[in-house]
Amino acid sequence: MNLALLAAQTTDSGTKMEIGDAALVAIVGYGVVFLGIVLLMVILYITGSIFKKRDAKAAAAKAAEAKNEVKPAPASVMDAPAAPGSAGHVKLNGVPEKDAAMIMAIVADKMQTPLNELRFISIKEVE
Amino acid sequence: MDILQTLKDLWEGSGFNSFFVDGGWKNLVMIGIACVLLYLGIKKKFEPLLLVGIAFGCLLVNLSYFGPDSTDALYHPELWTNFLNPDHPDYHSYGTILTHGGLLDILYIGVKAGIYPSLIFMGVGAMTDFGPLIANPKSLLLGAAAQMGVFLAFFGAAASGFFTGNQAASIGIIGGADGPTAIFLTTKLAPELLGPIAIAAYSYMALIPMIQPPLMKLLTTEKERKVKMEQNRVVSKTEKIIFPIIVAMFVILLLPSTAPLIGCLMLGNLWRECGVTERLSDTVQNALMNIVTIFLGISVGATTAADSFLNLKTILIIVLGLTAFAFSTVGGLLVGKLMYYLTGGKVNPLIGSAGVSAVPMAARVAQTEGQKANPSNFLLMHAMGPNVAGVIGSAIAAGFLLTVFG
Repeated sequence: MNLALLAAQTTDSGTKMEIGDAALVAIVGYGVVFLGIVLLMVILYITGSIFKKRDAKAAAAKAAEAKNEVKPAPASVMDAPAAPGSAGHVKLNGVPEKDAAMIMAIVADKMQTPLNELRFISIKEVE
Repeated sequence: MDILQTLKDLWEGSGFNSFFVDGGWKNLVMIGIACVLLYLGIKKKFEPLLLVGIAFGCLLVNLSYFGPDSTDALYHPELWTNFLNPDHPDYHSYGTILTHGGLLDILYIGVKAGIYPSLIFMGVGAMTDFGPLIANPKSLLLGAAAQMGVFLAFFGAAASGFFTGNQAASIGIIGGADGPTAIFLTTKLAPELLGPIAIAAYSYMALIPMIQPPLMKLLTTEKERKVKMEQNRVVSKTEKIIFPIIVAMFVILLLPSTAPLIGCLMLGNLWRECGVTERLSDTVQNALMNIVTIFLGISVGATTAADSFLNLKTILIIVLGLTAFAFSTVGGLLVGKLMYYLTGGKVNPLIGSAGVSAVPMAARVAQTEGQKANPSNFLLMHAMGPNVAGVIGSAIAAGFLLTVFG
């Protein structure tokens, strides 16, 4: 059945839609939304897998390069002794200390747990 | 000079007198409704950026329009009736609107031409991070499932016998929980219902924190609500740049009628993500969005002239709109539950409720309810996937209805 023609006939003539026709439009419409979304999902999975493979290759190449380069380890904050009562150092990856402090405070607040009872191992900026 | 006659003319020409003749009392009722909407927007903070403008537009039109003889009115419904009548000499004549229309008639041209909703979508695109959706594409299914209310309300409206197919389609799209899409579709299919549909859509979007939680609790168990989801993978910048291009190409090719909405949404998002158009992204997110919101709100409010608003159809639209919203939430939750079982309990079904658009409020509600069940639960980013998928889903639903009835 041509749905567009059906709709044109029912609205142009000023008559209401039959219940059966309305049900048909509703079912086909819901189906079309799912079809479009599923196809889009498939496309996203395909592009996602391409990028995941590419990223994995790049990471492997980087790791191999890093392995070949032997550098003296620089003295870092991580080597410094922890303050008394501290749970240790938190590793920051691309996150300023100020932002990290704010994130830890928000997490503690949301979890309703005192900050000194939580241990943060690392904070990484996800781009 | 006859002072008494002058005073009489002044009284007869005033709006106060108009309240007492030819159904002018309806304007008083509408002024009361406008004040209630202003209260909800200002005091209760229900979508204030739009609701305050809509309510004030409603106030202005009902203070100045008392029938076709109201030459000083800010908005003239009869001009727009003629504009839509193929047998009238003013059919599709913007010139007549510009010559004889009031301020709000002129602003309304942007709604009628579908410009404001598309520009709002551009701003939404520039403000939206599609990362959670790209990281977890199956959350798109929740955005599709949550369009159930659109088609159920469409069916209900059509089966009620009170509405034509075009009108039923416009009512159904309230369930998409997406104000610009509802306005866009209604101006194309049933412009005579724009006022009640826009007000229903924005009111229910504002009421999401009240409408959704009871349904979420009803349809999910405590165990399901406690589920902590695994962190999404990291999405690269390149993927984020490619995403809007792919979506625009695919969805517009599938349903060309979605081009104004999806095209603007994805263009806004591309400006945000491509990294070389920060100025444009900033303008669209802030200045342009604010300007369009002002024009859209006040001109949609102007369509609530008493004569066209106060009738049985408006009440039915309010009821059907609520049904649409509720069933859209139910659709998302049911598919969320299905995913919970299929993944062996890895998906928290609460994120399904965020499949209705209403970005980001629906995602926030999922986060709040998830945290009530388990204080260490952070569902926000997981819920943002279905939430932005809902925007795409409702645009596809609108595109389908436009293709069928347009």
